[in-house]
Amino acid sequence: MQARVKGLETLLTEKGLIDPAAIDAIVETYETKVGPRNGARVVAKAWNDADFAEWLKRDATAAIASLGYIGRQGEHMRAVFNTTDTHNLIVCTLCSCYPWSVLGLPPVWYKAPAYRSRAVIDPRSVLAEFGLVLPEEKKIRVWDSTAELRYLVIPERPEGTAGMNEAALADLVSRDAMIGTAVAGSPEALS
Amino acid sequence: MNGPHDLGGQMGFGPVSPEKGEPYFHAEWEKRALGITLSCGAFGAWTIDESRHARESIPPADYLAASYYEIWIRGVEMLLERHGFATREELLSGHKLRDGAAPKRVLRAEMVPAVLAKGGPCDRPVETAPLFVVGERVKTKNFNPATHTRLPRYARAKQGVVEAVQGSFVFPDDNAHGKGENPQWLYTVVFDGAEVWGEGADPSLTVSIDAWESYLEPL
Repeated sequence: MQARVKGLETLLTEKGLIDPAAIDAIVETYETKVGPRNGARVVAKAWNDADFAEWLKRDATAAIASLGYIGRQGEHMRAVFNTTDTHNLIVCTLCSCYPWSVLGLPPVWYKAPAYRSRAVIDPRSVLAEFGLVLPEEKKIRVWDSTAELRYLVIPERPEGTAGMNEAALADLVSRDAMIGTAVAGSPEALS
Repeated sequence: MNGPHDLGGQMGFGPVSPEKGEPYFHAEWEKRALGITLSCGAFGAWTIDESRHARESIPPADYLAASYYEIWIRGVEMLLERHGFATREELLSGHKLRDGAAPKRVLRAEMVPAVLAKGGPCDRPVETAPLFVVGERVKTKNFNPATHTRLPRYARAKQGVVEAVQGSFVFPDDNAHGKGENPQWLYTVVFDGAEVWGEGADPSLTVSIDAWESYLEPL
């Protein structure tokens, strides 16, 4: 593929159709500027600010945009909240829909057939492969991202985090917790 | 289209293999593949729906054997040829052999921040009121078009409940094929695991899709 893609870039550059510097700028954006820390800040704010959490539930696109996280593959956002009863899991069975603006580019497993095929039919065993074993009574809600809505899971706030500021809370929130293949970390685990 | 992309509920792909500390890119060419795809999208010659259809039209054996960015590259080559930007001969040679179609715009480095920040919102107003209301039981249609659709196979001819009316959005089944945006109301429809998967389904499972109005019938 290295040669094929290099050939394509050369061809399109010779034809004046692409600017290789634009490709550099795109790559730099997603390697250094847009990533899962955006989403973690959204979650931390939701944990600490009931009004913001309410806004997220009502209009996630606007609430998330208020923090400056906008743009491609985050044009239309929806936040889904884990509760004591229900665990949420996000998948795109048809391609690779993913909220780039808050989580960055998706990991390989999210785009691969193993995850896309099984997340909707056997989510418990998928979660177990991530090391997440949920109690039997916990309901699992799978959201198949079939339209242009992009989903962000708001995990439950871990125990022992009262009084923590948003920056410290955000450190407990992994990318996988915002897809639903993990839960938020505990402060003890972090220290 | 019942293509290789429509993976929900298929079996045999083995365990999910999360990679610890996974990098954004596993090879230099993957970076360029991302940038080329986004740059070509900026031409304004095709929509995201047409590009999805191009990817799902890759022959199944090739699709399933290809890595993610390889699927993107195969898709974008198909679109470049279809829209007259490059010939097959040029794609094979990797060099310009003749002039081709002119794009609406070429993405320059200085345009990148604004273009990425703007994205491609696809909500559009419609004049009709939604046909379905929150809480209503509905059935998804049973159809198998050879063309693009965003109703997964596993969710066809199934009964579910409208959980939310999400607004009105460009209709991908038309937009993928140059038939216009023809926006429709979009609903989140939730199904019990047993309705979708039948006997042996996880009793604690519910699955939802976002379905355009014409995918649904009243019960």
